[in-house]
Amino acid sequence: MNNLVILPIIFPFVIGAVLILLTKHHKLQRIVSGISALVLLAISIYLAVVVYQDGLIVLELGNWPAPFGIVMVADLLSTLMVLLSTLVSTVCLFFAFKTISPEREKFYFYPLYFFLLIGVNGAFLTGDLFNLFVFFEVMLIASYALIVHGGTSYQLRESFKYVIINVFASALFIVAIAWTYSITGTLNMAHLAERVAELEQSGVLNVVAILFLIVFAMKGALFPLYFWLPRSYYGPPAAIAALFGGLLTKVGIYAIIRTFTLIFNHDPGYTHKGIIVTIAGFTMLFGVLGAVSQFDFKRILSYHIISQVGYMVMGLGIFTPLAVAGAIYYIAHHMIVKTALFLFAGVAQRVTGTTDLKQMGGLLKTHPVLAWMFFITAISLAGIPPLSGFFSKFPIILAGFEEAQYVISGVALLVGLLTLFSMMKIFSYAFWGEQKHTEEQARLPIGKLLLPIAPLVALTIILGFAAEPMFVYSLEVAEQIMDPSIYIESVLKE
Amino acid sequence: MEILMSIMIGIVFTVSIYLFLSRSLLRVTLATLLMSHGVHLLLLTMSGLQRGASPFLNFQADAYTDPLPQALVLTAIVISFGVTSLLLVMAYRTFKVHNTDDLDELRGSADE
Repeated sequence: MNNLVILPIIFPFVIGAVLILLTKHHKLQRIVSGISALVLLAISIYLAVVVYQDGLIVLELGNWPAPFGIVMVADLLSTLMVLLSTLVSTVCLFFAFKTISPEREKFYFYPLYFFLLIGVNGAFLTGDLFNLFVFFEVMLIASYALIVHGGTSYQLRESFKYVIINVFASALFIVAIAWTYSITGTLNMAHLAERVAELEQSGVLNVVAILFLIVFAMKGALFPLYFWLPRSYYGPPAAIAALFGGLLTKVGIYAIIRTFTLIFNHDPGYTHKGIIVTIAGFTMLFGVLGAVSQFDFKRILSYHIISQVGYMVMGLGIFTPLAVAGAIYYIAHHMIVKTALFLFAGVAQRVTGTTDLKQMGGLLKTHPVLAWMFFITAISLAGIPPLSGFFSKFPIILAGFEEAQYVISGVALLVGLLTLFSMMKIFSYAFWGEQKHTEEQARLPIGKLLLPIAPLVALTIILGFAAEPMFVYSLEVAEQIMDPSIYIESVLKE
Repeated sequence: MEILMSIMIGIVFTVSIYLFLSRSLLRVTLATLLMSHGVHLLLLTMSGLQRGASPFLNFQADAYTDPLPQALVLTAIVISFGVTSLLLVMAYRTFKVHNTDDLDELRGSADE
């Protein structure tokens, strides 16, 4: 029964390996990957339900007791993240069926896709620091291959920088692990948490904590380490850009939340309320300012990733159950909405042949369904009340005011306004105004492209109207991760 | 011994950061290589360099060196090997497509 925990990792691994053998058979490849994506979604829903009903599941690999072997831990936060990641990746996969060119399909697109999923799900489920590093690398190497896949000159140029940044961050990750090991003598997260608590307060722990923050901030695109993101996400095709935009930075955010609630919670006044909150403020502000200044559909969305990652980290930085619950709700909302928006950018590009807003216009008249679906998602992103964006920002800002963090809460409100402004800029340039694409393009049927995105749009509406059960759930998640003793006791069996 | 190693790793890091900031594709790739060497040495050093037998049980010594960091380093080495080979091929392809290895000329956005 406990082996259920490892299924979200093993299953894509087997499928990815099998798909390598099928690269020449287009149809078969699509059928196998489509079905297995749905099966994976079913597995992760089942895992989330089981963990919600029966509590935390710990799997000791190879039956070695906890601090000595590697453990896989499925608590509420990690099952939620696995559920969201498989949801997002399934949608992107079905979108990719319609949009990826056969030449790209032939060269191991689907195997790489599933290998990326191994890394992501593994990073969410592992309970060991070095194992986290390995799963990060599995994810990153698959992402290097996917981001340069196709090999256009722009992709080659920007992917090289993306790889260099991430190699540097990975090197720092090992430095941080080496340092942690020399202080505590263990790599198991629960054991680590226990030992860090026993060590009392010491300056060197804060240094290590900040080193981890730098590493994960590079992966999660926080200020001032976000500069690589907008350009490298511009290159790959829409399905991959959407997957990266929805998924990859959130793995970094998950790692920050996990390490800073479980391990480094010894000095929240300095790390959380001091540094993380400051970083979150700058991230939100600079991200949204970048978005306001751009005139390109995809690039505006890329800068928005940065500003929204700031909200999640702000929720963690305020560090009350309400704020952390808000951050978790925000992750769920953001992954759904951001993926949908990137896919809409892909559809708009398919119709008009460009992502430059100044060369677009009049899509509302020729493709009304696309326009209104985009409109719903865009105002959800900005946080207009009946939709999920409002209910995820509200608790974070409310908690900010309760904790007397007035500056950061003010920044968060201002950033919401600027987000709305830049989304409306996209809407007014690309959808309103004179029609700038040809009649032939105007008749292009896009129903099949919109079909995979429809569930995401529906979900952002549902998450808005069903805000109460969802918020109760994220409050439970927040309470569980803010009380690390539950995690530690179930892993170390004391 | 640890102090000597620390100073040496510091020098390796300095050189690799210097190479990271240079303009040639190949130098940057070399920088990642050197950085990974520094990191691996650091991983071995941080766990202590106390004297003891190699971690083979049939030596029947009183003390052994810590086997865990050696396993970690072995994992990290193969990962950085894979990444470096990918990076070399990418640098080669970038050079072929753009006809330059100067990173200053590889700037700007798609429409420029």
